[in-house]
Amino acid sequence: MSTLAGRGISPRQAMLAVAAPVLGLVAWHLSTSGRAFSLIPPPWDVAVQWWDLAFGGVWDDLYSATLLDHTLASLGRVYGGFALAALVALPLGMLIGRIAVVRDLLDPSLQILRPIPVTAWLPLAMIVFGIGPRSAFFLVFLGAFYPILLNTIFGVRSVEGRLFEAAAMLGVNRQAIFWKVVLPASLPSIFTGLRLGLGFAWVVIVVGEMTGVQTGLGAIIMEARQLSRTEIVIAGMVTIGLLGFVSDQLVQMLGRRLLRWSPQHG
Amino acid sequence: MDDLSAVGTPVRTMLPILDVRNVTKRFAFGNESIAALSDATLRIEKGEFACLIGPSGCGKSTLLRMVGGFETPSEGALLMWGKPVAGPGPDRGMVFQDYGLFPWLTVAQNVGFGPAARGRPKAEVAATAKRFVDTVGLTRFADAYPHQLSGGMKQRVAIARVLANDAEVVLMDEPFGALDAFTRERLQAELLEIWARTKLTVIFVTHAIEEAIILADRVVVMSPGPGRIVADERIALARPRDPTSPEFNALRRHLSALLGGHHQWRQPRRW
Ligand SMILES: Nc1ncnc2c1ncn2[C@@H]1O[C@H](COP(=O)(O)OP(=O)(O)O)[C@@H](O)[C@H]1O
Ligand SMILES: [Mg+2]
Repeated sequence: MSTLAGRGISPRQAMLAVAAPVLGLVAWHLSTSGRAFSLIPPPWDVAVQWWDLAFGGVWDDLYSATLLDHTLASLGRVYGGFALAALVALPLGMLIGRIAVVRDLLDPSLQILRPIPVTAWLPLAMIVFGIGPRSAFFLVFLGAFYPILLNTIFGVRSVEGRLFEAAAMLGVNRQAIFWKVVLPASLPSIFTGLRLGLGFAWVVIVVGEMTGVQTGLGAIIMEARQLSRTEIVIAGMVTIGLLGFVSDQLVQMLGRRLLRWSPQHG
Repeated sequence: MDDLSAVGTPVRTMLPILDVRNVTKRFAFGNESIAALSDATLRIEKGEFACLIGPSGCGKSTLLRMVGGFETPSEGALLMWGKPVAGPGPDRGMVFQDYGLFPWLTVAQNVGFGPAARGRPKAEVAATAKRFVDTVGLTRFADAYPHQLSGGMKQRVAIARVLANDAEVVLMDEPFGALDAFTRERLQAELLEIWARTKLTVIFVTHAIEEAIILADRVVVMSPGPGRIVADERIALARPRDPTSPEFNALRRHLSALLGGHHQWRQPRRW
């Protein structure tokens, strides 16, 4: 058995991975620091601001030591919206994928709704769900919903016909086919959908928190923008990037465990 | 077979295990229908090893898939122990050329799939799986996933899977067609050995004359356009058979001629 050859990262890979951000930082530093006037703050100022946001003790203003609260608020919305999206999109996708009537009923409408960007839903969401966290939650839900739905539909529809024959020949009855064949066979696609969905949940969190919520990483970014506190904007961006990255790594780890059998994941 | 149990086993032994009666299969092709198989009649006795041989497109897979219950005859009747075949079932195990293994299950789980699906107790499933994994010589790979196996190993799993499911008839559609010559020979020998031990009934599709002569009690020769059975030859040679012996060669020539002389560049013969 040849697979499972080291999942670890080689020193070379690690160096290459770090090289691009370091170059970016250097370029950023060279183009912003030491200027009399720059709209974009230099990296060091951002780092100091991030520290103050996280732990306080530098500026001691309204924002000091509030990062945890904002992060928790955003995490709640991202994972809550994502979980709700999964809860709706997984069964719906399976129904659309496996049952022709449901597909004929819902697929055309979903095709029309899908291209509408989450941003465009913002005003309507605020009318329906009011100003505040419920609208934010809905927008994150929407961002995560379509990738999960589409990949689930694709997954359950593209089960190799041969596997149905094999199962029937081995004595699986019609009711058990779904659990014994369709579901496991479509897990890689479903997993891809979940991973993309969670990614999109992070992507739309800032839009989601443009709905007038007080806390959240998106909320402080929008607020800091109005106050021209660009260091806070960038500190918030960096935080979202890091959280999104960590969250994706966790999902991938889970995927590697659950989908050990799949050459693409295992 | 239930409706016969009242009459007792003597009746049952008089019946062929498989009875293909004047079966024709037509497929829709645009708005026409073409006959993939025309008026095929064939009786297979329990324990027989029959090879279906013929050029590609002559309906071998179609016939085998009808026996498997994956297709229904357009005309004629297809009986197992005197009862019409209605859909796939565990009594007829199919070994597909492309294996058809469940990629998310380990070797042992694939082999135990049938018994598990039919609700056998866990311990029994595990024991059955282990026994047949051992039978096909994959003990060390019991916990490997299909993507970690070579083609020959995958085909062994596919064979173990139908054996573990207690199939009475094993249907094999060019099972060794995708394997290298060395692996193919080994699997042929292993298959014969398992068949001799279990007294399974095997219907084995191939387009290789030599493979048919090495394996079969009976070679059913088919010809295309439309697909039909043109000859049914007994192979009486003792096993293991020596492909270099004169008898083997005589059979090879004979079957080759029956197949229309494709292998000797002769004009097709009418039968
Ligand atoms: N599902 C199908 N639909 C339409 N035509 C088919 C189908 N299956 C087989 N055929 C046709 O039936 C003929 C016999 O095919 P097949 O049984 O696969 O031949 P063989 O296995 O001997 O190569 C071929 O002409 C093939 O194109
Ligand atoms: Mg074929």
